Amino acid sequence: MHVEKVMGALTHREDYARPAMTYLDHAATTPMLPVAVARYTEALGRVGNPSSLHTAGRRARKDVEEARVTIAGAVGALPTEVVLATGGTEADNLAVKGIFWARRAADPRRTGVVVSAVEHHAVLDAAEWLAEHEGATLHVLGVDATGRVDPADLRALLAAHADEIAVVSTMWANNEVGTVNDVRALADVAHSFEVPLHTDAVQAVGSVPVDFAASGADALSLTGHKLGGPVGVGALLLRRDAVCVPLLHGGGQERDVRSGTLDVAGTLALATAVRAAVDDVPRRAVELAALRDDLVARLVAEVPDATLNGVPVDAPPVGGGPARLPGNAHLSFPGCEGDSLLMLLDAHEIECSTGSACTAGVARPSHVLLGMGVDEAAARGSLRFSLGHSSTAADVDAAVAAIGPVVERARGALARS
Amino acid sequence: MRVLAAMSGGVDSAVAAARAREAGHDVVGVHLALSAKPATMREGARGCCSVEDSHDARRCADVLGIPFYVWDMAARFTQDVVEPFVAEYAAGRTPNPCLRCNEKIKFSAVLDRALALGFDAVVTGHYARLDDGVLRRAADPDKDQSYVLGVLTADQLAHAMFPLGDSRKSEVRAEAARRELVVAQKPDSHDICFIPSGDTRGFLADRLDEAPGELVDAASGAVLGRHTGVAGFTVGQRHGLGLSHPAPDGRPRYVLGIEPVSRQVTVGPAEELDVRTLTAAAPVWHGRAGVTDDVVVQVRAHGGLAPARVTVSDEGLGAELAEPLRGVAPGQAVVVYDDDRVLGSATITATG
Repeated sequence: MHVEKVMGALTHREDYARPAMTYLDHAATTPMLPVAVARYTEALGRVGNPSSLHTAGRRARKDVEEARVTIAGAVGALPTEVVLATGGTEADNLAVKGIFWARRAADPRRTGVVVSAVEHHAVLDAAEWLAEHEGATLHVLGVDATGRVDPADLRALLAAHADEIAVVSTMWANNEVGTVNDVRALADVAHSFEVPLHTDAVQAVGSVPVDFAASGADALSLTGHKLGGPVGVGALLLRRDAVCVPLLHGGGQERDVRSGTLDVAGTLALATAVRAAVDDVPRRAVELAALRDDLVARLVAEVPDATLNGVPVDAPPVGGGPARLPGNAHLSFPGCEGDSLLMLLDAHEIECSTGSACTAGVARPSHVLLGMGVDEAAARGSLRFSLGHSSTAADVDAAVAAIGPVVERARGALARS
Repeated sequence: MRVLAAMSGGVDSAVAAARAREAGHDVVGVHLALSAKPATMREGARGCCSVEDSHDARRCADVLGIPFYVWDMAARFTQDVVEPFVAEYAAGRTPNPCLRCNEKIKFSAVLDRALALGFDAVVTGHYARLDDGVLRRAADPDKDQSYVLGVLTADQLAHAMFPLGDSRKSEVRAEAARRELVVAQKPDSHDICFIPSGDTRGFLADRLDEAPGELVDAASGAVLGRHTGVAGFTVGQRHGLGLSHPAPDGRPRYVLGIEPVSRQVTVGPAEELDVRTLTAAAPVWHGRAGVTDDVVVQVRAHGGLAPARVTVSDEGLGAELAEPLRGVAPGQAVVVYDDDRVLGSATITATG
């Protein structure tokens, strides 16, 4: 199939030692690109702390700085705007808490935090923590039935409260239903009230076009393992003029905003993966959308009352890119429990997600779906299939072949319990 | 067979799952999340529903090499076990939540779902024996749990598997260690899993609109004192009555009865607790209808046994005890045994 051919330069199917499994959970984590694995493993064998002054240290520093230039170039940022961190959760916490603290320190009236109702918990829980422990006032922006924030809602909120708001955080693309926000429009609104905007772009970078400078955002989170890099390395893009109080204090690395010895091998692998994934976005977005559209159409053909959550697959573009993440297919199957569906599909060697797992591994109704106005029963009966760089037509065929009997069986289980 | 192992995170259910697998069954482990907001860590030896317990169950499944999932049964558990538990106390009765959990959750909601999903049976770590659908006491008399399983119907038992029935607890722990299950030395859970503090009275007080009432002497009718609410009083209770003066004869006084409407708690001497007849409702019965002589009744999970003659009809079960039992309250289950065989169970409604 086309994807095989397109991805041939970057990936080889035989590199993925999962012959029987159908992996449709790329939004949770996606396989590392072989070029990133090669860069990572090669770098792991070298010594050198980028903060050291001797030859090994200088070489490590050179590697990190070159990687930083690569990352910055791939996402429309300046190298100094790349604050390396351990991933999306740290970057989100740093942005939400750090900008809140800095802005409040500059003006004690600014105690408001604005987040959308469908943010990832790394943003939502950070904001709630500020409300509980730092006296912040939390403003939650509602979303429409597709999961999108309307810039007019942000405008109305800021028109009433702009002087009290420290920071706004609205995600670039939703991790569960794949809805893409118009970040440029949201940033324009925030800036018209002189309020900084952070965006969690963990799901977006490498999937849809992301240009930090053009977006107008003041801060942007990205992470390696969602785009073919390693787990445990990511970055907060932070504008040169953005103020941010550190979460971690220590050696003063990363503009004094994020202390800690730099992960040289992880940074090199991250840069390699970001460059490769971003370069491949134009082709991959088209290929994945075609596979995804085929998957959605055939799943609905097998289960006629199944419904797609989020933006229709043929929705007009948003901010110059797809309105929905190309690899995202999120559907509700009436009369089913999502965790029954997941378990039955797992037994068929098809791996997907119910979209929301808490620490106990219990599937709770998703706050994203509830925020979109989906009722609790439908929210519980939902599955997210997410495709990525190693997905093929055979994966789609396997999911389509399994879904009918699986849904029938899961319906029987819910009807009896 | 395809079997679903309910894994609490304790040693018993882990070894039960291991034995089912060793017997050649296709085993899937499931941890039942029974609390909507589980505690992160287990407290002491109580409870089994924390995230830490779920993690322990998962680690055991990993060692056994079986798939593992967490099923959210919190809403059902609240509705079918916790709320009836509170309501029973409010009505002056003494419920057994473990029995209700077996009846309504493990061998009803979970079993039904398992069967619908293509499983043939549910495996648990209960100490009880099951031979050709006949439920019997476990080989380990200290651990026997046939009492809390007596409520299961023939159909439920037909889809149950208790691999620990022939073993002693010490053997199960040794086997867990041999199998390198991390829970081998984990303390036994006891008390009520959804009251990890062990403070049943406090738990009830938080959930009931309590109103004060009188403590009345059974013989004289004299008012001896007042209490803040009937919930938490149990027939046979001696301590915590809040009576400042001893009985005139100096002998200890016990709760004899609880009247929820008037909120009157009657107290009296120990011999007044003696019960010689039981009336019980909603029997699950595996024996013959009519009169059965020479059986033993059990009214508590541990102890409370007496030889008896029982009469069973569709309406209920009556028992005439050959020896008196003490501390028997409406709401408790009576389980009837013929030697080690469970003949049936019913819920006590009256004593005499």
